[in-house]
Amino acid sequence: MTILHHIIDESGFERMISRLAHEILERNLGVGNLVIIGLRTRGEFVAQRLTAKIASIEGTAPPLGVLDVTLYRDDLRNHLRQPEIKATDIMFDISDRDVILVDDVLFTGRTVRSALGALMDLGRARSIQLVVLVDRGHRELPIRADFIGKNITTSRGEEVRVRLREVDGRDGIDLVSIEA
Amino acid sequence: MSSLSIQHLLGLDGVPREDIQLLLDSADTFLEVLDRPIKKVPTLQGKTVVNLFFENSTRTRISFELAERRLSADVVNFSASTSSVSKGETLLDTARNIEAMKVDIVVMRHAAAGAGHFLSTRCTSKFINAGDGTHEHPTQALLDMYSIRQKHGSLEGLRVCIIGDIAHSRVSLSNIYGLKTMGAEVAVCGPASMIPWQLEKLGVRVFTNVDEALRFSDVINVLRIQLERDAGADFPSLREYHNSFGITRKRLEAAGKDITVLHPGPINRGVEIESEVADGPYSVILPEVTNGVAIRMAVLYHIGTKAE
Repeated sequence: MTILHHIIDESGFERMISRLAHEILERNLGVGNLVIIGLRTRGEFVAQRLTAKIASIEGTAPPLGVLDVTLYRDDLRNHLRQPEIKATDIMFDISDRDVILVDDVLFTGRTVRSALGALMDLGRARSIQLVVLVDRGHRELPIRADFIGKNITTSRGEEVRVRLREVDGRDGIDLVSIEA
Repeated sequence: MSSLSIQHLLGLDGVPREDIQLLLDSADTFLEVLDRPIKKVPTLQGKTVVNLFFENSTRTRISFELAERRLSADVVNFSASTSSVSKGETLLDTARNIEAMKVDIVVMRHAAAGAGHFLSTRCTSKFINAGDGTHEHPTQALLDMYSIRQKHGSLEGLRVCIIGDIAHSRVSLSNIYGLKTMGAEVAVCGPASMIPWQLEKLGVRVFTNVDEALRFSDVINVLRIQLERDAGADFPSLREYHNSFGITRKRLEAAGKDITVLHPGPINRGVEIESEVADGPYSVILPEVTNGVAIRMAVLYHIGTKAE
């Protein structure tokens, strides 16, 4: 694994979160009907950051939940790998709410497809809007994000690594080569 | 660790601690699914599960079937009384015929100990033992352990006593293996006529006095007197059994501590346990039933999606 280049540094990361929070509030006319749901694992921490930022702007924090989509994956039946299942933790009703679904990287769209299936089973949201820090292309399904931190052109042999303070000790986004 | 080391779940004898831990941890997720408005996930879509029950069962079969349907599996039920077994077909032929129908997982209950093991070495499907004779009943023990963990936070160092008809019970053996693997201290208690010879060799304490057993225990698992397996031949009368070994509020209070009471069901009220205990604050008997579906979902998920 080789780092090809640093896409976002620590201060850029903070500005990106701030901009996304403002965009979400602008489109939804405030925090009133919002709920924020992060996708395990990294989307969970990005969602926490966004929620904190929204709370600092608006003075009130929207409900925050965490969604694990393992049980909705479409590759379980292939016996390719068995991902670890973790708990979904959504302690509120999403019916008629505007759900802000948060993930770190949008790639093939399959994780988001799984998340949509899971959310449909939890209730009938008024809308579901997708926030990602990075859209790296290579979509395999007709899915797009509503709020994007950064669009990056990548090849299949590359990977976008999002580093988060909570997990890795510092924030940042790198493009790495995973080809041997 | 995110996947089991075992291919089939035939019993808890020899199943590593990490596997049991993984199944118990995963059950938390499935318990959350059971609390949702739509209690169904598409995890086992396209998988076929056969419930192969050569012995009567109501709750275990329903619990498995619910778990399978909650995971979106295609479910086929087979019961021996309505099958070709009554026409003289062997167990192996029955299993091979079912397998020829492209079945992924077989959940089996059989009167003969080792029936699941026998088939698992001769068939390509995954096998889950739902009780084989008086040998093992691993999912019941897992749900017992899960219910204990839910109440006490951990199994390590807990004192658990299995009370009643130990000799006829497959639940007791699975519990002994599983609990000991997870670091609990295990005892059994019952009439000497219902305790298998040399059971101490499994590393369990043996009590024949229920009050002593209660003083030892943090948790008791009260077994049903299995009248259908001639258990009545091992003691003079049900009344006498109740007087000597029945779990009553008075006995629990005399032990002077907060003892958790489990019972795998169905309950013989007034025989091994009095209603006041079964329905009272000590009891986790009903949560056990809910936990049973969650733990079976965990087993089906891990066995059914295990990477080849």
